Amino acid sequence: MVELNYYLGLSSILFAIGVIGVLVRRNAIIIFMSIELMFNSINLSLISFSSFLGDVTGQILVFFIIAVAAAEAAIGLAIIIALFRNKGTVNIDEINILKW
Amino acid sequence: MPELTTILFYIFAFITVGFAIIVVSTKNVMYSAVSLFMSLFGIAALFLLLRADFLALTQVMVYIGGILVLLIFGIMLTTKITDAEIKTNNLSYIPAAFFTTGIFVILIFVLYTTKWNQKTPIQNEETISQIGKALLSSYVLPFEIASIVLLVALVGAIMFSRKK
Repeated sequence: MVELNYYLGLSSILFAIGVIGVLVRRNAIIIFMSIELMFNSINLSLISFSSFLGDVTGQILVFFIIAVAAAEAAIGLAIIIALFRNKGTVNIDEINILKW
Repeated sequence: MPELTTILFYIFAFITVGFAIIVVSTKNVMYSAVSLFMSLFGIAALFLLLRADFLALTQVMVYIGGILVLLIFGIMLTTKITDAEIKTNNLSYIPAAFFTTGIFVILIFVLYTTKWNQKTPIQNEETISQIGKALLSSYVLPFEIASIVLLVALVGAIMFSRKK
């Protein structure tokens, strides 16, 4: 029998991988994918709570998270494409016009 | 002999984590997108194992059908696939390793010290009708706000990517 702890452990491993991706990679699109991985790890933990409690509220929260993630993907990629058009790069080390 | 669900859990967990590692480690952005695709499929399968059938389908449709196609368009519009990958300077590896290990240790510590309140899961019950009832009774306002958020995001994305 797979316990709740197994799912939560898997979820924290995925979250840690997403954090590594955001901190180490310099390509804006890869950072974006790592953020999606972290979203998914949180969805997984919410659904495992929902399933092991026999309560559907966690799944509704995940539903809204997926909706907001879709909106975030559209806006985020539009920003990345606008950045590429203006600066010619997606390397976040070179996008530093707000850095003093 | 372990149960079938346990074996399936390990298989899907292995797929998800393995491809997630490829997402953050490979040099080619396109390989990274394809690995994200496999990883999201693994998570959808885990949702099915947790008896969340509706959300597994939503995951496949929204993430794999929508977000991933958008991502691949973004990759093709911003990078030439044959280009050399952007180099990461080595200095950022050490603080990143410390930070990530810290977060991971805290999460695992919380996981094993908390007494989770859990019941035995109910077998073979469909969730679609429950989710539908809850969305149109207790969660009507967030549901409507989500539709407005999606509309505003759509208009905003068009505004951003339009030529001036």
